[in-house]
Amino acid sequence: RAYVFGEDVKFGGVFRCTSGLADAFGTHRVFNTPLCEQGLVGFGIGLAAMGNRAIAEIQFADYIFPAFDQATAKFRYRSGNAFNCGGLTVRSPYGAVGHGGHYHSQSPEAFFCHVPGLKVVIPRNPSQAKGLLLASIRDPNPVIFFEPKWLYRLSVDEVPEGDYMLPLSNAEVIREGTDITLVAWGAQLAVMQQACAEAEKEGISCELIDLRTLIPWDKELVEASVNKTGKLIVSHEAPVTGGFGAEIAATIAERCFLRLEAPIARVCGLDTPFPLVFEPFYMPTANKVSTA
Amino acid sequence: MAASSLASRAVASLSPSISTGASRDDAGSSSVVGFHKRSSAFTGRRVRISSGHGSSAAHGRRSCVVAATAAPVKESPPKIADALVTREEGLELYEDMILGRCFEDMCAQMYYRSKMFGFVHLYNGQEAVSTGFVKALKKDDYICSTYRDHVHALSKGVPARQVMSELFGKATGCCRGQGGSMHMFSKEHRLLGGFAFIGEGIPVATGAAFNTKYSREVLKDLSVDAVTLAFFGDGTCNNGQFFECLNMAALWKLPIVYVVENNLWAIGMDHFRATSVPEIWKKGEAFGMPGVHVDGMDVLKVREVAKEAIARARRGDGPTLVECETYRYRGHSLADPDELRKPEQKNKYAVRDPIAAFKKYLLENGLASEADLKAIEKKIDEIVEDAVEFADASPLPPRSQLLENVFADPRGFGIGPDGKYRCEDPAFTAGTAEV
Repeated sequence: RAYVFGEDVKFGGVFRCTSGLADAFGTHRVFNTPLCEQGLVGFGIGLAAMGNRAIAEIQFADYIFPAFDQATAKFRYRSGNAFNCGGLTVRSPYGAVGHGGHYHSQSPEAFFCHVPGLKVVIPRNPSQAKGLLLASIRDPNPVIFFEPKWLYRLSVDEVPEGDYMLPLSNAEVIREGTDITLVAWGAQLAVMQQACAEAEKEGISCELIDLRTLIPWDKELVEASVNKTGKLIVSHEAPVTGGFGAEIAATIAERCFLRLEAPIARVCGLDTPFPLVFEPFYMPTANKVSTA
Repeated sequence: MAASSLASRAVASLSPSISTGASRDDAGSSSVVGFHKRSSAFTGRRVRISSGHGSSAAHGRRSCVVAATAAPVKESPPKIADALVTREEGLELYEDMILGRCFEDMCAQMYYRSKMFGFVHLYNGQEAVSTGFVKALKKDDYICSTYRDHVHALSKGVPARQVMSELFGKATGCCRGQGGSMHMFSKEHRLLGGFAFIGEGIPVATGAAFNTKYSREVLKDLSVDAVTLAFFGDGTCNNGQFFECLNMAALWKLPIVYVVENNLWAIGMDHFRATSVPEIWKKGEAFGMPGVHVDGMDVLKVREVAKEAIARARRGDGPTLVECETYRYRGHSLADPDELRKPEQKNKYAVRDPIAAFKKYLLENGLASEADLKAIEKKIDEIVEDAVEFADASPLPPRSQLLENVFADPRGFGIGPDGKYRCEDPAFTAGTAEV
């Protein structure tokens, strides 16, 4: 009772994410929908409300905006738990890709983080992606699963066979350090790793945390880390104003105020629509991070 | 095959009252007059009251060769005076189609040489639609397109240099390099965009059409009589925005023509497998506007339909939905391996190449000689080469441009503490980051 549907998923999708699925599971379970995002997500909600696991694919996260109204579903809340659309998982490639331009590169995670009842999950590499995706599908809440498209071609990883799930709402410390805490997610982590390596040369020991789930996010882990280091930088591709970094900064400021040695820094995209030619300039690069 | 039965269906198109209006319309163009004489030969598609030459059913059977020109189906051999276009018009149409084809081919070359980047969607094969429609417009009329917009821009008059520069991302592009392939805009040539999102342009075009109507009826400004054309594809016709706009346009009788470029594929989605009622022209009727189907590989047919629909809009009689059966010879974009389309289908449309067909028509009707056409091709080659050189030589946009036009304040991020525009302050955009 699990279905995968979306635009062009049957032949494998524009990023080959779903190739082979139609052959393995049949086209009644892996099918294309016409070009209607709003209908697609709403349709997914209907399927989920009937107890199925609907895995909807939105071809590019930028196309998710027509579906926004449907995505802020609140089904369980509104119906007093009579119905829920927990079986819905919306997968979508997001983020910069080097040549996408305005409409193929956006990072809308912040918009969805503002929706109570929704979970937003972002993996940083294939093995994480598998575990997190399985967990998202099985989670009894609607989840939006953003896949950094930059990593589709670039990321190389050993993925364990078999079924495994990674816990949602758990962040992960991927590099231990003592001087400063860095928080990021998705493709940005690769950039952060570079920055950490650069900083290491100058004797700064960085602790790098992958948030993995954006809401509900692992406040305790980040708090513990900042209590250890006293400084925090948050980095994401989306524009800085109103980006999710703001939420993290505010919460940590609240919780760790007396421990902080410096203001929390956010190294993020600029407050413009995503530019085509200026992409290298717009992105929060390793240099910008290490300067911070 | 399903596609051909779709094509051969006799279309209940413009309703009788419309046809009558058009036939009595003082459009003044000689081709309308000529049209009546040869409606049987030419239309194959529409019910015309005037001449009593019935409609399409007799000519419904399509064959690849016939569709190319009106010539073979005639009762009498064509004479120059009877042709559907004048020599000048014919050459103009031919030149526009060649420009479109040549430009797109050059784009492919440039892309593979990494001069151009991003997502590029080429228009090869569909030239008849752009030329047929856009060349029937006046300079003041508006068009709204999709991501497959290079040729629409060129047909509307945006210089090839500007389009090529935009594709290269240079500051001399029509949008100063900000938009790229999918987002061509031109105020001067009334091009309301290139939209990456399918269906996004349709409401925008509808709004522009409303402006015309409002100006005329409420503001009493009769100098505004712009008609708007919205171009979009078959996949878009399953999108909510399409239906919402058809409703509004018909309700308010807006001066707009909705042109569907039905090339049967939405990336990898076959139109017949995605659409419950594949005859898109029928959807017009549901909203109270005429729905017309036309052979989009024949520029003259497209042009006739275009003229009538545009005239109808300009008269104030409301919108029309025109479905053009066409085909793209290349993949969806330059990154598309195009594995899903069968060779039989591709060949079927390859022999209906609009340019080859029109060339044949011009030659057979004595409207142009081989030499004329060769001269045009050479001229276009030079224009396109020049465009590439120009684009190559053009500068990249300065970094400060990144921050411009985010807000209405012409310099985007407002005024800095020193009283100057923020983005003019080199420190604001330079930063310490290495790019």
